[in-house]
Amino acid sequence: MSQTEEPDEEAVEEPDPADPAGVVDYDALEALLGDAVVRRERHLNAEAFVVRADRVQDALSTLRTEAGFDHLSNVTAQEYHDRFESIYHLKKYDDPTQEVSVVVPTSRDNPVSESAEPVFRTADWHEREAYDLVGIDYDDHPDLRRILLPETWQGHPLGRDYNQDKPQIVEFEENVNPLADDHRESDTMLVNIGPHHPATHGVLHLETVLDGETVLDVEPDIGYLHRCEEQMAQSGTYRHQIMPYPDRWDYGSAGILNEWAYARVAEDLNDIEVPEYAQVVRTMSAELCRIAAHLLALGTFCLDIYGDFTAIFMYAMRDREVVQNILEDLTGQRMMFNYLRLGGVVWDLPEPREEFFATVREFLDDLPNRVDEYHDLITENELFQLRTVGTGEIDAETAKQYGVTGPVARASGIDYDLRRDDPYGYYENLDWDVITDDGGDNYSRLLVRMREVEQSARIIQQCVDLLEEWPEDEREIQANVPRTLNPEPDAEVYRAVEGAKGELGIYIRSDGTDKPARFKIRSPCFSNLQALPEMSRGEYIPDLVATLGSLDIILGEVDR
Amino acid sequence: MSSDHPRDDIIDTTAPQTKTREDRMSEVDSRFNSTLREAFGSTPFVLTKFDAFMDWVRGSSMFMLQFGIACCSIEMMHTYAVKHDLDRFGSGVPRASPRQADVMIVPGTIVSKFAPRMKRVYDQMPEPKFVVNMGSCSTSGGPFQQGYNVVKGAEEVIPVDIHIPGCPPRPEALVYGIAKLQERVKNGETSPVTVKPYELEQFGDLEKDELVEKLADDIDEETLVMRYNWADSP
Repeated sequence: MSQTEEPDEEAVEEPDPADPAGVVDYDALEALLGDAVVRRERHLNAEAFVVRADRVQDALSTLRTEAGFDHLSNVTAQEYHDRFESIYHLKKYDDPTQEVSVVVPTSRDNPVSESAEPVFRTADWHEREAYDLVGIDYDDHPDLRRILLPETWQGHPLGRDYNQDKPQIVEFEENVNPLADDHRESDTMLVNIGPHHPATHGVLHLETVLDGETVLDVEPDIGYLHRCEEQMAQSGTYRHQIMPYPDRWDYGSAGILNEWAYARVAEDLNDIEVPEYAQVVRTMSAELCRIAAHLLALGTFCLDIYGDFTAIFMYAMRDREVVQNILEDLTGQRMMFNYLRLGGVVWDLPEPREEFFATVREFLDDLPNRVDEYHDLITENELFQLRTVGTGEIDAETAKQYGVTGPVARASGIDYDLRRDDPYGYYENLDWDVITDDGGDNYSRLLVRMREVEQSARIIQQCVDLLEEWPEDEREIQANVPRTLNPEPDAEVYRAVEGAKGELGIYIRSDGTDKPARFKIRSPCFSNLQALPEMSRGEYIPDLVATLGSLDIILGEVDR
Repeated sequence: MSSDHPRDDIIDTTAPQTKTREDRMSEVDSRFNSTLREAFGSTPFVLTKFDAFMDWVRGSSMFMLQFGIACCSIEMMHTYAVKHDLDRFGSGVPRASPRQADVMIVPGTIVSKFAPRMKRVYDQMPEPKFVVNMGSCSTSGGPFQQGYNVVKGAEEVIPVDIHIPGCPPRPEALVYGIAKLQERVKNGETSPVTVKPYELEQFGDLEKDELVEKLADDIDEETLVMRYNWADSP
């Protein structure tokens, strides 16, 4: 029976929801899991198996090896009035429309469940986060301690009985002086990079163990920008109060891509159909955001490699200004757009439309020259190649273990792009390519981003053509959405879109009110950053900095 | 020529300006007498207070700390970059080390884990130092003010000179804020320090309450800690 679950080569090329190969046979899966399953639940995106807390590793490794669910997309933890629950959202890299969830309930008195870390490496950080914010203990976890909040924090803030007004004490330990002891015995030393350091792209702390200039081990210490995004979303109403926050997750100008993640999940939850015209506008604006985000990645990466505010950084900023001006014309803001609404977009394209289209076309016409210029300056530069080719390598299998997605995964040869594989918006009607590269190194990651900019430009071009021809009386920007949204109680849904950095997913559980009972963000940067030690061990410390740059993390999204 | 009376062409600017050429052809070259000096007449000195001079110097050349926290730092990068080019105003050199910086722009949300580090970075800057709050988060916590982990503004931790509203402020707004700061520095004005600081203190010095007792086993007496009293925050 597991034969039907094997990834079908045909299905990879053309995923077709009607095709039997693309449909998950949940009965067969239940039989496969045997007595580990307590019962089945129906979530809006997929069926879920409720699994006993001591059989998690069994269940997950069966699903992984025998049914082909090789992508642990997300781990959601939540507290009900009578129990804790960890939900493992599984997908296939070959066909992300095939999903299954594994729900692990534990009692409130003794919230211990088996860790999934031995099966999926990525569960390491996800479970640490669950322990930190919700308070579930994971048995067999290699290193269960707080990840986002300081070590000395009291309580678990997303638990039900957390009191936010209680005082907290945060330690400020002096960095360990590596020369404090006599180091003639051992020749390794600890170097702290960050949290305030120009190469960390924000507030990230890397605890690096060096032997000479070689990195023996590196441990990212995150949480310096943990600003309670999930709590904020859980205290906002679906209709309007949540949408401004996604702009601030991945703030590298990727706002509309993030908004779309929320729009998609909330529209699925409330059964809202988005008008076609609005989908085209969304697609165009989202791809503009992707260009801006990738240009930022390119500029700051070269800032890391070349080490100064040199031409490339300035050129990237110059081109970003152009994109930001277009987006400002469209949305009214340079960065925090708040443009999407549930069921559509907030307003139509700016008048006069011809002028707007002319501006976009001018940018698109100019882009090939710009890209050539970047190739001259960056990818064809021998010094740059020396720094990036063959450094920070990660192979596809390891990347899958860590749940790596986005340009980082595609640069390791993983052909995975939710715009094509789990279509939403208007992407399936447009003509564009998913870029992959087999290098798996820093150079490939930059190359993939630069080529994706060209593909985004192709998408925008087609959208502009469509929008120009769109009949004036059919420009419907917004579906009819009730003023207050009260989805069915206990509906659960996990949906993802292709953000600038990869798979940006959101899990929502409703409780019948107009606010979500649980709002969990699956951040692509979080998973990508987790793979950093794999890429950097054994390399020189400048390569570590280059690798961090090529991962293109945004700390707002890592820490949420 | 002597400089005890102003030059003709300063009094009567329509006169043909041939004096320099004539002087060069004569024996004494007056090129070393600047226009300014001649305009001042026989006392070629500017009298000022040293303080005023130093204020002018400080305001005219400010080194920024390269300090990115959150969303606002993207707009801050744009302010440094080509279009807005903060350098035009004598304040655009980002320094990676706090020991070389005069001004700290705080561009983002400050959370409990980061505040002690920010305080330390601020302490490492040499006097005189100035702080510009960029955006709503560093002013008050902004959209995240209700968060369990968010410090309600940089002023809870360090003194601040200028607040720039916005989420994020446009580069123009940041340029305006910096220009205002320079103006104040040049005029020798200081801001009243209204900070209600969360200080870094030794754990042993904290008042012994329930929380301190509970953590006593985990934290050394000498370890520096920052204690947040969330209930007292605005």
